[in-house]
Amino acid sequence: MQAQEIEVKGIKNGILVEVKNGDWKTQEKAVLQHIDQNQGFFEGARLVVDVGNRALKSPDLASLRNALSDREIKLWAVLSTSLVTERASQDLGLAIKVDQSMPEPEEDSINSLLEGDEAVFLKRTLRSGHKVKHPGHIVVLGDVNPGAELVAGGNIIVWGKLRGMVHAGAMGDTEAVVCSLDLSPTQIRIADKISVSPPKKGKARPEIAQLEDGQVTARDWSKFTKE
Amino acid sequence: MSAKVLTITSGKGGVGKTTATANIGAALAKRGQKVACIDADIGLRNLDVVMGLENRIVYDLVDAVEGRCRLNQAMIKDKYIPGLYLIPSAQTRDKTAVSPSDMIRLCNELRSDLDWILIDSPAGIERGFKNAIAPADEVLVITNPEVSAVRDADRIIGIVEAEEKGSPRLLLNRLNPEMVKQNNMLSADDVVDLLAIHLLGIIPEDKAVLISTNKGTPIALNEKSLAGQAYRNIAQRLLGEDVPLLDLDKGSGFFNRISSVFGSGEK
Repeated sequence: MQAQEIEVKGIKNGILVEVKNGDWKTQEKAVLQHIDQNQGFFEGARLVVDVGNRALKSPDLASLRNALSDREIKLWAVLSTSLVTERASQDLGLAIKVDQSMPEPEEDSINSLLEGDEAVFLKRTLRSGHKVKHPGHIVVLGDVNPGAELVAGGNIIVWGKLRGMVHAGAMGDTEAVVCSLDLSPTQIRIADKISVSPPKKGKARPEIAQLEDGQVTARDWSKFTKE
Repeated sequence: MSAKVLTITSGKGGVGKTTATANIGAALAKRGQKVACIDADIGLRNLDVVMGLENRIVYDLVDAVEGRCRLNQAMIKDKYIPGLYLIPSAQTRDKTAVSPSDMIRLCNELRSDLDWILIDSPAGIERGFKNAIAPADEVLVITNPEVSAVRDADRIIGIVEAEEKGSPRLLLNRLNPEMVKQNNMLSADDVVDLLAIHLLGIIPEDKAVLISTNKGTPIALNEKSLAGQAYRNIAQRLLGEDVPLLDLDKGSGFFNRISSVFGSGEK
């Protein structure tokens, strides 16, 4: 029953793993095992580990960090109520405080990994280096800057300027669409089709992109709605 | 007194972090503030060169952290401006010689008898950068009007926000109004539009900056230079005064002169 001792949550910019009671070495193994079983979900993630009141030393944390980086996962922060652990985290250059708030749907998404009915809503600027991966839809109220990535199982809507990389229908949905007030992504992918934005002239207009005859095609929103 | 810790960082190298640190430090000290500039670029130090204090270094940041000297022994007095100090970095060590908690401890020790602690961050997003932002009360992100520099600045802003340091402010360095006019350079509006943070100041491209950094005399002390004026204005804004951005087009006529020279050469 190891799984119940570990709780996984989506938080802003990362994934939070809460490691409940139990011997650390055993729990560390359980965490890694859990990750190995859900590779696709964790790969490339920024991980925050809440170790509760355990007093862990730098070598403990370093070994966890190394094990995670072998799996392409970055250990970002270690949360703890123990001063010893906090000190050790800081020594390794890990954060000891993170914003744990997160739109609720993200948490559900873990349980409904393949459904794609849920949407995550982000009211912020997504900057270079930010990556949002969600099995459902992604709605952003803000800009998506170059170097940021959105990957959604469903549709992607950006109420702002879209200049980063977007992938809608990432699990094969060819009906997925991408809409934005200013659709100029570095790269746009829908299902398995990849395309780059043509150079734009004139003022930005809201557009919608979707697959037409196997090609990613963008259309003016105002014309689209008249059809 | 309780000093405010301001970290100057950029992501990309060569955009002017060190120059900005030296000049903002000089401009603040000139206004009667007590300022320490810390070079956090361990292994690749150059704030000492830009401030012209290279030959006065006895102890450095790593000596202070490792207890080989008292903190005030590592503080070098500036040769021009009273109230300005430099804590140089070590040239023979690397970034791992200091940890983020060392930097926090060091700054806390310094806080009580200073007004400002300016930290010159190394380029990159690794350990050295983490060291530099750990003690920061505020972060100043510096960029050039160049696509690659702006991209890195955006990444840095994202990291700073994630570390819950509040929204950083922006310093746009080496803007050439003439090139902007000809649509050959990103404008201040383009950059601010993308990065969406508060613009603290714009430093115009000015050859005099390079000359002054080579000589080790801050441009901020040069009354004739437009870039120097821009740095002095930034210091005032940091002190909470409301100073409008320089009008780089008309301002001093400096750029108009330059453009007429270019104009005649083109034909």
